[in-house]
Amino acid sequence: MTPRRKRMLAVGGVLLGVGAAAALAFKAFDKNLLYFYDPSQVAAGVAPVGKTFRVGGMVTKGSVQRAPGSLEVRFVLTDYAHTVTVSYTGLLPDLFREGQGVIAHGQLHDGLFVADEVLAKHDEKYMPPEVAKSLKHATPPEDRT
Amino acid sequence: MIPELGTFALILALLLAIAQSFFGLVGAHLNRQSWMAAVTPTVAGVWVFIALAFGLLTSSFIVNDFTVLYVATNSNSALPLMYRIAAVWGAHEGSLLLWVMILATWALLVAGFSKSLPVAFRARVLGVLGLVGVGFIGFTLFTSSPFARLIPAAQDGADLNPLLQDPALAIHPPMLYMGYVGTAVAFAFAVAAMLSGKLDASWARWTRPWTVAAWMCLTCGIALGSWWAYYVLGWGGWWFWDPVENASFMPWLTTTALIHSLAVTEKRGLFKSWTLLLAIFAFSLSLLGTFLVRSGVLVSVHSFASDPSRGMFILGLLLFFIVGSLTLYAIRAPSLKSEGGFAIVSRESFLLLNNALLVAAAGLILAGELWPLLMDAFDLGKISVGPPYFNLVFLVPALPLVMLLGVGMHASWKRALLETRRKQLLIAAGGAIVVALVLLGIYRSIGAPLTVVGFAAGFFVMASALIEPVSRWRSGQSMPRAALGMAIAHFGVGLFVIGVTGVVSYKVEKDVSLAPGESTAIAGYEFKYLGAKPVTGPNYEAIEARVLVTRGGKPVVDLPTQKRVYRVQRNPMTHAGIDVAWNRDLFVALGDDLGQGKWSMRVQYKPLVRYIWLGALIAAIGGLVAILDRRYRSVRVTESPALKPGAAGETA
Repeated sequence: MTPRRKRMLAVGGVLLGVGAAAALAFKAFDKNLLYFYDPSQVAAGVAPVGKTFRVGGMVTKGSVQRAPGSLEVRFVLTDYAHTVTVSYTGLLPDLFREGQGVIAHGQLHDGLFVADEVLAKHDEKYMPPEVAKSLKHATPPEDRT
Repeated sequence: MIPELGTFALILALLLAIAQSFFGLVGAHLNRQSWMAAVTPTVAGVWVFIALAFGLLTSSFIVNDFTVLYVATNSNSALPLMYRIAAVWGAHEGSLLLWVMILATWALLVAGFSKSLPVAFRARVLGVLGLVGVGFIGFTLFTSSPFARLIPAAQDGADLNPLLQDPALAIHPPMLYMGYVGTAVAFAFAVAAMLSGKLDASWARWTRPWTVAAWMCLTCGIALGSWWAYYVLGWGGWWFWDPVENASFMPWLTTTALIHSLAVTEKRGLFKSWTLLLAIFAFSLSLLGTFLVRSGVLVSVHSFASDPSRGMFILGLLLFFIVGSLTLYAIRAPSLKSEGGFAIVSRESFLLLNNALLVAAAGLILAGELWPLLMDAFDLGKISVGPPYFNLVFLVPALPLVMLLGVGMHASWKRALLETRRKQLLIAAGGAIVVALVLLGIYRSIGAPLTVVGFAAGFFVMASALIEPVSRWRSGQSMPRAALGMAIAHFGVGLFVIGVTGVVSYKVEKDVSLAPGESTAIAGYEFKYLGAKPVTGPNYEAIEARVLVTRGGKPVVDLPTQKRVYRVQRNPMTHAGIDVAWNRDLFVALGDDLGQGKWSMRVQYKPLVRYIWLGALIAAIGGLVAILDRRYRSVRVTESPALKPGAAGETA
């Protein structure tokens, strides 16, 4: 093989590899991107029905309910403009509590957001950035601590 | 007085680091012997003053000096001594001081073990490390001083985050940082080679042990973090593709590629410019990881409260080092010609594939890491890229990588086919498939589609790694430590693959609601909830639930699990009950009081999960063995003879 042909082969190989990686990335992105919506967007019908997405907001005080002995829990997420009710069956994270910002991951069915995962971060001062952003324009009706 | 002394020590360290980089880089450029001779004392001086600052901060934690803001926000008088010391690096400011401390230590080690290197080259390496030091000591002093005073003093401290009060987490950050910062050494060697325009086999031989040492620390640090997440944070998960985990995994992938590429550069004089590029990538990704975590651009469980000015400072550092080194690369790389070629089937081509796949994996993870930031920056919607993406884009390059590894280990340099080891390889492959099928039989399930592939590949790599040591042992030959280290490390990789395959394919998780006396069964084990009672720890109150695990009526273990509330921060924290055996973990985590005496609980069966961390540990030990090879100890400035074809497994 001449050096020139060898170089062409090498360049071709690299291009092929990069192309394959890019194709893989786009395909994987396409399937696995999760969009975030706030309760107002859910109320306005922007969020898709029957498709997985993430919703975030503050857990409304006094909204956490569960039937005694049941693993299912319901709570209301708010961005101080609109609310969305979330149902979750399973163990809640340690730092889940009323008045705290959380993100739920799941699907919307008949106006009820059925979550398969609820995230609350370990720092009590922490607020998910998406939630912080969507709350920027709304004024909280009460002092959150 | 103590914190002021600490600030003063940091200022002196900064000035000495400036001197270190000046004497090192300018001295080598102008070829002034006296300037270059001054580099070693400055390196020692930087280390002394950083160590002094670090010791002073530690002493403030030990004596509970709550006039220091950083101590007041991250410690408490009731905190046990061990965690008061670990709290030094429990938040942003102190962890940066640790970063700088480790950098100074690496520089001191390089200075101590490089006496036989050419004077100018050594000066340049230490000069570049000095430059990195200037950047990060400056960053600590100007944006994140841990010595700021709090006046009036706090009554008591706000305590260390309860999640961090754990032995594994006390050593996880230092280990990880040793790896992160260790990539700076390989980077410094690369920049020094580009400045001097000379890159030969001896350069690669000097660089290899440092790179392997950094890789070893990175491996241990990541494994420790994974282990910690498993039992403290994750409710039994061992990897989450969390942005910060990715930030440590990308440098790991590139450093792994660099180790292999350096082998080719040393033995065959090939891949020279590629090796330099990898060294730059590995360090850049370490810096990028630091930037992403510290700037608050990415928010994850790990990120500390951050402010924009810090982000800008690190972004500046990042741009300086990346743009600077890449510019130098663009100027100098074309002059570094590789000599000779190689055939399609040869050790070189296997290592080339290894590099391509590792870098592809790192690149795809980087894409997933940055894509949401780009989307948000251009207001295209708030998205997140979850574990399914990362699982897919990692698995696609990783599977062929593992399979090629088993064969590639036995390929010879230049051209040889695999004749010498063909029989053993076939036996290893056949045996691996049989063992994999037997495992499927034991678990009585085919599992996921990739289960048999994962098991077979893992066993094949393990068996293949043993071929060389076993045959040498049987014929009474000794084995160079570098080759033995390689075999051990690859054996560890195989074990890791087995662990991952087992836990991904056969884990069982179940959330249940149990009243005292009730039980639930998973994977043949019966978990019976006996009851809960309050208990008191040194700085927390807890509810402790006892769960009796039986199998076929025979008791296996009595597992206590706690829900702790730490007195100062009042955050609840789950302390899982875990029973460890060679073939599985049983895992119980206490959830919430559901009323009517019932508690929610998560019970889990985790087959082979221990081999994930054991595999990583063995791989790291392999690295250690390789570093101790005699070749690296008696470093002489000579070209290493090219290896004879057919001498596979000699080194790499």
